[in-house]
Amino acid sequence: MIPATFTYRRAESVDEAIELAGQYGEDAKFLAGGHSLLPLMKLRLAQPEVLVDIGRLRDLSYIRDQGDHVAIGALTRHHDLATSELLAEQLPLLHHAAGTIGDPQVRHRGTIGGSLAHADPAGDLPAVVLALEATLVARGPSGSREIPATEFFRGLFESALEPGELLTEIRVPKPAARGWSFQKFTKRAIDWAIVGVAVQGDRIGLVNMGEKPVRATAVEQALASGASIRDAAEHAADGLSPASDVHASAEYRAQLARVLVRRGLEEARARA
Amino acid sequence: MKVTITVNGRETSAEVEDRTLLVHYLRDVLNLTATNIGCDTTTCGACTVLLDGEAVKSCTVLAAQADGREVTTVEGLAAEDGTMHPVQKAFHENHGLQCGFCTPGMVMAAVSLLKENPRPTEEQVRAGLEGNLCRCTGYHNIVKAVLAAAEETA
Repeated sequence: MIPATFTYRRAESVDEAIELAGQYGEDAKFLAGGHSLLPLMKLRLAQPEVLVDIGRLRDLSYIRDQGDHVAIGALTRHHDLATSELLAEQLPLLHHAAGTIGDPQVRHRGTIGGSLAHADPAGDLPAVVLALEATLVARGPSGSREIPATEFFRGLFESALEPGELLTEIRVPKPAARGWSFQKFTKRAIDWAIVGVAVQGDRIGLVNMGEKPVRATAVEQALASGASIRDAAEHAADGLSPASDVHASAEYRAQLARVLVRRGLEEARARA
Repeated sequence: MKVTITVNGRETSAEVEDRTLLVHYLRDVLNLTATNIGCDTTTCGACTVLLDGEAVKSCTVLAAQADGREVTTVEGLAAEDGTMHPVQKAFHENHGLQCGFCTPGMVMAAVSLLKENPRPTEEQVRAGLEGNLCRCTGYHNIVKAVLAAAEETA
């Protein structure tokens, strides 16, 4: 399979990337590692007329300790997240989850910014940044703005980014509650999660439980009002409409969410 | 567009369509046909090559993304006098292949794995090769081969 024809433009700087995106408008897509976008283009599920390659912008690839938070450049690859000692120490949830994405070849190419901007409800990192209450930094023609992760995911493959806006940095506060867990239920190695759960303290992000990555707010509220883990986890699918597909029915996903949230909260508590 | 890619130590250059995938550049432009196309969906790993020394699936990389960079295919592993790379030798000696279709990708994934982790445990080898499928289910001997190559080179 080969993608439909498009024009390839390579940006040499963030400014040039934003300028090129502005020039081509809605016809253009940013290309980072390409491991979400290129497969969609090969299947004709995406058909941008222009790709603006931002893969060479090395100044967007970093992991920095900023005191109360860790700043991660949007072009930092999953491989770099999974091998970072700073993350292993400060954000073990992100460190571990990044190492479970795809396979080594995918992790050599895929980036945190690409994964978040793609806003796939089946992606692992959206649920992780939700549980970590990260802030996403986007740059556009009129400057930078900060978007809380909880306001970033808007719908199926839809984020709060405006056309032409580039995700540049992910700021993750160092969690006060240290216990964490990442539960990913797959049928085979390298599969997407049928359901996944990211837990940091008593914050819970859900993978593949609806049109967009979400927090398990009903569980969080139950925990806050003193419910046991076992009782709180029963609310994992409350108000959510997971998809039925070839991998699992909606009922199966709801049951998985209840089980995995319980396991995740128990593991996080044991680690706290 | 014009791309210039160093492949197996040799500078190559060609005018290609913007949408050309790296695997097609290798196979169709350079006639380096050891790198196979299997699933074409970033799953099976048959098209694995090294990009700047790291394993990638060349069916999901544009030739344009490899422009100015270094690519190694299985054709580039053996020494000039034909002496096999330790990973190739270990696959040969441990019968790490049956039909051979997955082998070029499997070998390149193993080379990348051993570069990042020269003394992997068996479990780490199995996890490190999770992006490569063998439909003859020869995994057992493949894992044995990678462990033998680690022993040989460490």
